[in-house]
Order: sequence, then C-alpha cells, then structure tokens
Amino acid sequence: MATQVVMPKLSPTMEEGQLSRWLKKEGDKVGVGEPLAEIDTDKATMEAQALATGVLRKILVPAGETVPLGAIIAIIGEPDEDISALISEASSGAAQAGKKERTEEATEGRAYGAPDELASVVPEGQRTQATIEGQPIKGDVGDTANTSSQAVATNAVKEQKEQPAPQAQTSGAGAGGNGQSAQGGRLVVSPIAARMAAEAGINLHDLKGSGPGGRIVKRDIEAAMSGAAAQPAAAQTQAPAEQSQPTQLRAVPSASANLGVAPYREETVTTMRATIARRLVTSLGPVPHIFLTTEIEMDRAAEVRRQLNELDPDSKVSINDLIIKVAAVALMQHPAVNSSYQDKAVRFYERADIGVAVALENGLITPVVRSANTKSVGQISREVKELAERARARKLAPDEYTGATFSISNLGMFGIDEFTAIINPPEAAILAVGAMTPRPVVRDGQVVVRQLMRVTLSCDHRVVDGATGARFLQTLKKILENPLYLIA
Amino acid sequence: MAVITMREALNQAMREEMQRDESVFLMGEEVAAYQGAYKVSKGLLEEFGDKRVVDSPITELGFAGLGVGAAMVGLRPIIEFMTFNFSILATDQIINSAAKMRYMSGGQFKVPIVFRGPNGSAFQVSSQHSQALESWYSHFPGLKVVMPSTPADAKGLLKSAIRDDDPVIFLEQERMYGNKGEVPDGSDFLVPLGKADVKREGKDATIVARSLMVPFALKAAAELEKQGVSVEVIDPRTIRPLDIETIINSVKKTNRVVVAEESHAFCGVGAEISAQIMEHAFDYLDAPVKRLSGVDAPMPYAKNLERLALPDVERIVKAVREVAYLDEEG
Amino acid sequence: MSDLKVTPLRPRTQSEGASTGAVVAEERDERDRIDPAELRDEHAQRQQEQQKQIEEIDRETLLRMLYQMILIRRFEEKAAEAYTLGKIGGFCHLYIGQEAVAVGTLSALRPDDYVLTSYRDHGHALVMGISPDKVMAELFGRAGGCSAGKGGSMHLFDADKHFLGGHGIVGGQIPLATGVAYATKYRGTDQATLCFFGEAAVNQGAFHESLNMAQLWKLPCVYICENNQYGMGTSLKRAMSLSDVSQKACGYGMTSEFVDGMDVLAVRAATERALERARKEYLPSLIEIRTYRFMGHSMSDPGHYRTRAEIEHYQERDPIKVFGDNLREKGVLDDAGLKEIEARVREEVERAVKFAEASPEPAPDELYTDIYATPIKK
Repeated sequence: MATQVVMPKLSPTMEEGQLSRWLKKEGDKVGVGEPLAEIDTDKATMEAQALATGVLRKILVPAGETVPLGAIIAIIGEPDEDISALISEASSGAAQAGKKERTEEATEGRAYGAPDELASVVPEGQRTQATIEGQPIKGDVGDTANTSSQAVATNAVKEQKEQPAPQAQTSGAGAGGNGQSAQGGRLVVSPIAARMAAEAGINLHDLKGSGPGGRIVKRDIEAAMSGAAAQPAAAQTQAPAEQSQPTQLRAVPSASANLGVAPYREETVTTMRATIARRLVTSLGPVPHIFLTTEIEMDRAAEVRRQLNELDPDSKVSINDLIIKVAAVALMQHPAVNSSYQDKAVRFYERADIGVAVALENGLITPVVRSANTKSVGQISREVKELAERARARKLAPDEYTGATFSISNLGMFGIDEFTAIINPPEAAILAVGAMTPRPVVRDGQVVVRQLMRVTLSCDHRVVDGATGARFLQTLKKILENPLYLIA
Repeated sequence: MAVITMREALNQAMREEMQRDESVFLMGEEVAAYQGAYKVSKGLLEEFGDKRVVDSPITELGFAGLGVGAAMVGLRPIIEFMTFNFSILATDQIINSAAKMRYMSGGQFKVPIVFRGPNGSAFQVSSQHSQALESWYSHFPGLKVVMPSTPADAKGLLKSAIRDDDPVIFLEQERMYGNKGEVPDGSDFLVPLGKADVKREGKDATIVARSLMVPFALKAAAELEKQGVSVEVIDPRTIRPLDIETIINSVKKTNRVVVAEESHAFCGVGAEISAQIMEHAFDYLDAPVKRLSGVDAPMPYAKNLERLALPDVERIVKAVREVAYLDEEG
Repeated sequence: MSDLKVTPLRPRTQSEGASTGAVVAEERDERDRIDPAELRDEHAQRQQEQQKQIEEIDRETLLRMLYQMILIRRFEEKAAEAYTLGKIGGFCHLYIGQEAVAVGTLSALRPDDYVLTSYRDHGHALVMGISPDKVMAELFGRAGGCSAGKGGSMHLFDADKHFLGGHGIVGGQIPLATGVAYATKYRGTDQATLCFFGEAAVNQGAFHESLNMAQLWKLPCVYICENNQYGMGTSLKRAMSLSDVSQKACGYGMTSEFVDGMDVLAVRAATERALERARKEYLPSLIEIRTYRFMGHSMSDPGHYRTRAEIEHYQERDPIKVFGDNLREKGVLDDAGLKEIEARVREEVERAVKFAEASPEPAPDELYTDIYATPIKK
C-alpha cells in the first residue's frame, strides 16, 4: 500500500522545514530508515528517513521549497501501484493539512506543556532567548540582600526627610498647611491603619502620622479613636485663607532685579495641564509648538519711530526696538506667554526679559534685553545696538544671552514676509517678525495702501493654548497699530 | 515527662520507630561503629545490628540514591548526612529522584525516606560547614522539610517523618543537640508535619523563627516583655508543608512581624513567609515585614566575624522595636 | 580479588586502545571502534555453543524473543513516525539496533525481579510486559499511558511489572537500582535487580559510587552497560580514558564480562550467569554489552558525527536478522512463521497508536495529583 511521506518534525521546536536536497529520485528503491532527503530545520540540516519500504514514486515538494510540518512531500509505494488518488489528495490538501497539523500541535503543546518546557533547554530555542533578553538588572546583583534592603529602607527614609516636612513648609514661605494631605501629596499609612480608619470613619487627612516619615500607623488610629493623642489637622495648619491661595511668591532680593533669573511665581501644574503636557510632548517632540499668525498695520508705529528719531538725531530707533517694547508690555498683560513650563510647575516671570535674535556669520545668538517692559524705547534701542555689536564681536558674557523669558526673531530685513520660529526652551514663546511692506487694504470701503507686517507667534502648547497666544497677539497688534497705548 | 537533650530525643525517635517497623533502617557515615559523628545514633548498632544500622562509605550521592531505591520497593530508610553541607553532593538523587518519582510514575511509587542531619552553623567551622539549606529543599514540590527547635518537637516530628510516605528532609542543628527540654513519655508521642507551634503568646508583634532562631526569639521576647512589648513567637516547625494559617492568624492579631532565620535572606524561606503574609494579610500589617537573616556572605572563620554573621538576641529585640515603631528614627 | 572472574569473550588489553597526547579524534575512533568483522568471526566461533543453547531453550521462548525484538523495532519505527507528525513531544530516544540487549537480558529474568533503566527505555518497557498501548499512550502524553501521561518517553514506569522506570539524568538510576538490590537482600529474598545504563553513564560518579557499595555490601544487582559507543554525539573514545568498560569492575573487585550485543542468545547467557551469582551469592556483576544504535541519539539528532557507512556496517549485523537466521538454520522459524510474527506485531503496533490516540489527555486536576503520597492539606 502506498504511503505518504510528510515533512517530519525533526526537533521539538520545528514548525516548518526547507527541503534542501532530495537524496533519492523518483523510481529509486527505498527501505525503512534509509535517508530520503535533507531537511533544513530551525536547528540543523537533518536527514528525513523513509518510514516505509518500496519505491519513491513521486516527489511533491522540490528542493529549496519550505513547507509546514506534516505537509506531504512524497509518495512511496509499490512500482506498479496506482497513486493518482494520493497525488491529487496531496496537491489539493497539502498546505491545508500542514496548517491543520500545526494547529493541532499547538493545541497539544499547550495541553501537555512539554514542548514549551523542552524548548527552554534547547540552547538555540527562541523562547530561551526571549527569557534572557529583557532589561539587564542594574546595580550589583550580588549586593547583600540585607544591606541592600536596608539601603532601600534608608533611602526611603531619606527621601521622606528631604521632602519638606509639613511644619517646615507652613512656617516657611507662608501658605501651605498640612503639606502631604492638603496639597495632594502621598498619604503614607500602614495597611492596618488604613483599614481601621475606614472602619471607624476617621479621615486620614485629619491625622498626623507618628511612624517613620510621617507614616500613619495603628497607634495613631487607636489614639484618634480614643480622642487623645492625635490632633485634628485644623489645629496644626495655618490660616485656611492662606491655604486656599494657590500661589506663593518667592522672595527676591530687589538689588538683583535686573540680573540673573527673573523673579517668578510658580503655580502647581494641574492634572489637566500635566496631561496636556504629556500628551502633546509625545505627539510633537519635547516642546509641542503651535503657531499663530496675524497681520499688523504698521503705519502709526512707523510714524512714531520717525518722530522719535527726529526728537533725538543721535538715536536710531528701529521698528524692531519698538516691537520689543510693545511685546514686553503685552507680555505683562499675558503672563502665560511670559512663562516657562517646568516639570511639575509653570513659572510665570514677573518681568519681560526679551531675547533678540542676532544673526551671526555662522550662527545665531539671542542677547537679552532685561526688563524691557520697564525701559523706554530709546533705552532698548541703545541696549540692542550695543549687545548686537558685542555679539558680533563674540564678546557677550553668558548671562547676557541666557535667561530670556521671551524671544523675538526679525527677518524683515531679509525681505521675509512671514515665517515661524522655534522656541528657545525653557521659554514659552517666540515672535517671528516679517518684513513691513506697503500693501493695498480695504478701509471703510476704500482700497488704501498700508504698511503691513506679519508676525507669527510660536507657543509652547504645554503652557500657552491657542486662545492665550491669540489674546497676546491681539494686544500686541492693538498697541503697535496705536502706539499711544504705550502711554495710555 | 522526662527532661532530655535533643540528641537523646532524636535517638529515641529512631530507636522506637526501628523497634516498631522492621523496614526502617539507618544509613550514613559513621552512624554505626562510631556511634554517630554527633552521637545521635548512639547504641543503635548494638540494638539493631549492622544490617539495620549501616556505616556507609563517604559517598553521599551513592547512599542517598540507594536509599531512594530501597524506599521505592518498600523499605523506610533514614539517611543521615553527617552535615547537610555534604547533602549538596546528593542533590541529584534528592531532587531529581526522591522528589519526582511519585509524580513521574503517575502515582505508582511512594518514596518513604528521611534524610536527616545537622543543618546551619556550628562554631568556627567556616564557610563549607556552616550552611543552612532549607530554602534549597523547600523549593521543590515532592519534598517535605522539617526543622525542629525543641527536644519534644525533634522526637515527635522525626517519628512522624519516619512514618510518612513521602521523602522528608529533616534539618537538625548541631548547636542545639545538647539543648534540654521536656519530652512526653511513651512511644506514641507524635508531632504532625505541617503544623506550626505558638512557642509564646503575645499581642504587639510576631516573631516567626525556626530551628536555632527559636531559642533566640524566646530570649528576645523575654527581654522585650521587660520593655513592655508583648511578643508572640511562632515556630512553623515544618517549612513544607508550611502552616501559614497559624502565622497569618498571629499577624492579624499583632500586625507586625519579624522573621528570624539563620539562612541567607536572598530567595530564602523568610522571603517566602514575607510574601505569603503580604498575600494573605496585607490589610493587617502595620509595618513592613522585617527579615533578620544570616548576612549575605559565606560564613567566616574568625569568632568575631562569625558572631556578626548571624542574627542574635539583641538584633531581634531591635527589629521588633523597629516594626512596633518604638524607637526614634535615627 | 579472589572472587574476580573476568571472562572476556575476546581478551583486549588496555594498551590496545590507549594513546597519549593529542591524537586526532577520528583516527582514534577508527582504530578503536569495534570492528563488526571481528565480531562476526567471534560470532561464528560461538555458533556451536549457540546451537546448543537454542536446543536448550524451548521453541516458544525463542519465538517470543524474536517477536519481542520485532515488536520493539516496529514500535520504535511507529514512534518515529508519530514524532515526525508532532504527536509525540519533547525528547524521543529510539532503541532501534539495540533490541537484542533488552530482549536477551530480560528474557532471563523472573517476574519478581526488578528493572531500572535510562531514558532510552521503550524497549525495556515493552519486554517487561507493559502493553504497547500504554507505552504509546505515554509517549502521546495521554491519561492511559503507563505513567498517566506525566512521565513521557523518558519516564516509563509500571510498579506491577517491577519496572522501576526510565530515568532522565544520566546515571541517576544506578544508585536507585543499588538501593532496590539492597532492599531485596534486606528482606532475604533471591530477587535480582537489573540496572541498565549507557556507556556514557560510566563516567558519572553515581556509577562508581554504586559499584563500590554493591560489591562492598554484596548486593544482588546486575549492572548492564549498553555500550552503543556514543554518548549523544561523543564517541566513547573521546570521553573515556580507559574505554574497556568491563574493566571498570576491576576497581571494585567485581565480576564482569562483555558480550556481543547483536547476539541475543549471548546476551541472555551472560545475564543468566550474572543472575545466578546474584541469587545464590548476593553478588553484583557488570556486563558490558556492545551494541549500536541505528538511529540518532534522539529524534532531533542530525547524526553528523558518524558516517552512513559506519551505520550500514553495523546494520549488516542487525540483531533481528542475526537471530532470525539462527532460528531458520535451526529450523525453529520459516518464512511463514516470520510473516505471522510480523503481522501480529503490525497489528499490535497499530492498535497501540489507535489506543493512544483515543486515550484522553490527563484531566487538568492531574497537575496537582501524585506529588505527595500523603498530600498536604490546603
């Protein structure tokens, strides 16, 4: 009786085999155990042996082809036997049979558990590799369990100590209250204490823990239940009014008002803000930009500039100087644009330190005009010129080109109508200024020519939403279109 | 009740079981003519003869496997390792044969064998002779692991182990062979495997201790009582099966646990107990479970270093005070 | 050494195979490999003796032995086929070529004797009387297997048949068998224990520790080294300094001999001699049986370490053919008889596969049964 020769399973992990070479040809006599073909498995090249005696009647899978386990690769039979039925069965169902076999094997593998386990002892087994791939363990694995666990414990205690203790916080800068609970910090409580408190209806936020790092432990709950030792939060916290005030000022020595970091206030990042920040970062890189463009009528600004330069023939106030001044003033009205996204807080700067992009021969630098909001246009003009000169001479000190709260880049002199600039972190925005050009516009139903200038604000979306940026641009536009607002 | 040493208690257990059951025999290095390296088998050769009390060559793998084979066909061997450090040579037979035979044969064979001998530290015998191996043997399903801490437990548990139909690793402690205690009279006295013992009741904290650490824990508990701390001491007595229920009940009462052990902490029995407490009694804990283990270094020879390597009464006291939040943070 | 009775069939001095320094492995192999031609001569030399043996052994026994050898051969071929179809998992070590060893030795046993062997255990299990159904079902990992589907190919067991298992760690069964022999002597019976292992196990400490104890305590254990010349892919010569396994017994003052493993009657005769020593004097023996496996170490063995020619060389002395020819010469067997045996075997093997396929998988609960005799209550 003719027998089908199937792609044999030659290793525990084999799923398919490549028929690399036939060792017998059609018509050859074969006996049980005789090698029929060479098969490339996932492990090695192995011989497939005949499991029946007879003549190799038909080769169904030519050398070089890969077929799944169980696929019929040849037929062995008597020399004169009719094997047409087997051939047609094979050609119609070979792939199907292979698939079925594999599914069956997979199911069986799961049921018996053996193949998986065995695979793990096979040196080249894929699963073995999978188990050893993975993150390398950091640190010294041989480190003593005892000391390392102690070290961990010590660190934990240290961390807790380094956190400002509730009292320290309240007696420090002012507001705060029961730091951990009131400000949403982690409440440290032992499992039994948590359960006892829940059962007794005690608000854990009302308790002060007596365990390490302020951990609320069983005895604290027992004390609260007996109404003795543990004090309600109210007794320990400062005035609720202060507590509810979300912001606090950091004291800044006034002498250094124009140097170093601008004074700022910090607001804790809300969950929503943190979420927005996190999501935007993952979508657009470290600083998610949005761009807002507006067109400003600059005729009046140009007039003011002309008049200023008339007043003082020595001064050479530029339109850009005027833009710096106006931007600084507008920033004071829109603190979000004059801010910086810190990891857990947003810094709102109290003055406008404007970075002015200066093109160098082979690069770019942004010297900073400090407190531009409080300086006159003439002052700004002189400072910019002086800084730009020294910038080109590479003579700026680091604190003269770092620490801006906002930047302006003007490419109008290059005839650029409009462009976008990249924010200079950690600033929240940068203003890209295009060329001022006369263009026809419709005013009061009349076509007239006006000096138009396009500006584009790039905003860090983590702190500046579209509307916030737009409002800032509105103010900027309003003042530039009517510079009298500067003194209004 | 007579007051006897743990050595005598173990001797009694073997003697009584050998009297009771002809199929019980003792084999090991120096168990017969020498009367036992630690004299645990003293007098047995005289009473039972050299067929049942057999001096083996120094061939741990060989006689451990011989015991398993004999147990497969119905004998009840007691295989003594002069110390369990030497059982490391026999782990193939203990783990691959004894622990697996019943399972691999689909339940056709049982392996009623006891491997016994001293485990853990002695005095100044350095690294190769001071190891506590309970976590090794407890790791494998198929083995039972026993660690007595009193003469009474030693006797009752060894008798149960000999009568048990499964392979039992019976871990004694050389430093405790001379410890005395009351042992109930009569050859019917048995202590069941898998049952923990509350060695001392208390309400503020639980010390889970085994073998050598039990007397240490009891001393620590007495000291803590003077300081106003009420400590419960639990001795699981068998590591496999582990009576976690008794431990959990204690934790539910005291909410604080110290596990004291001679063996290394890493992947140890203390780690297992801590994990099970976390799994079964998380909501009852008032402090993280504290493990007090042999240090993570081989045992040194020098006396001062050796003393530092193992938990002692003072450190147990300190650990209990720590979980009970009694000391200011340093 | 007074009771040392080394009775080698073909004396072989130690120096014959010894060499020093880095000798090319192949060269050594060629020189030291057992020459089948030589064995053939030996075989011819023993024809006379065997004729006598055949006369002594009743016809029924002889035919049963042939039947068992053919059963092993066809069973293993079927197992190979089932493995290639993915019906058998894990490792599968076939016995093809070594049939004369299991049949020759075990045919000399009494039903109350004990047998332990290595993971190449299908043949021994079948000869010990475990039904092919239960063996095949075990290979298939089914509840109806002789180890309830928990042991697999390497761990066949049958307590009733005194078959104490195939064991997966090389040499692991040797101390166990020594212990079984210890127990029979302890009880004062005249049961013997047969312990099978491959030549590669001889390098394990367990072998030496066991032989020492067995001779020291005079335990009725017959240690049978099935020397098929390769430990996986490493030839004996590349792994053993003194490659004459039978001589290992000298170190323990134990009786030993070696026999041609392609000659089932020679194997049986040697075993009978060892059994007599065991039953009457509680003495152990070491028998080295030189054989050859025609298949790879396991089903996943590419077999690159030996040539097709070498295998064919040994196949000329296929033990089934050798025995069959003997029986024909003696008039015990004719074509019709052989056909009848082949037909019975085929039927039995087919039935085994059907049984295995029909047998259910072990119930999921079985995962946790049989771990302890006295289970731990939860």
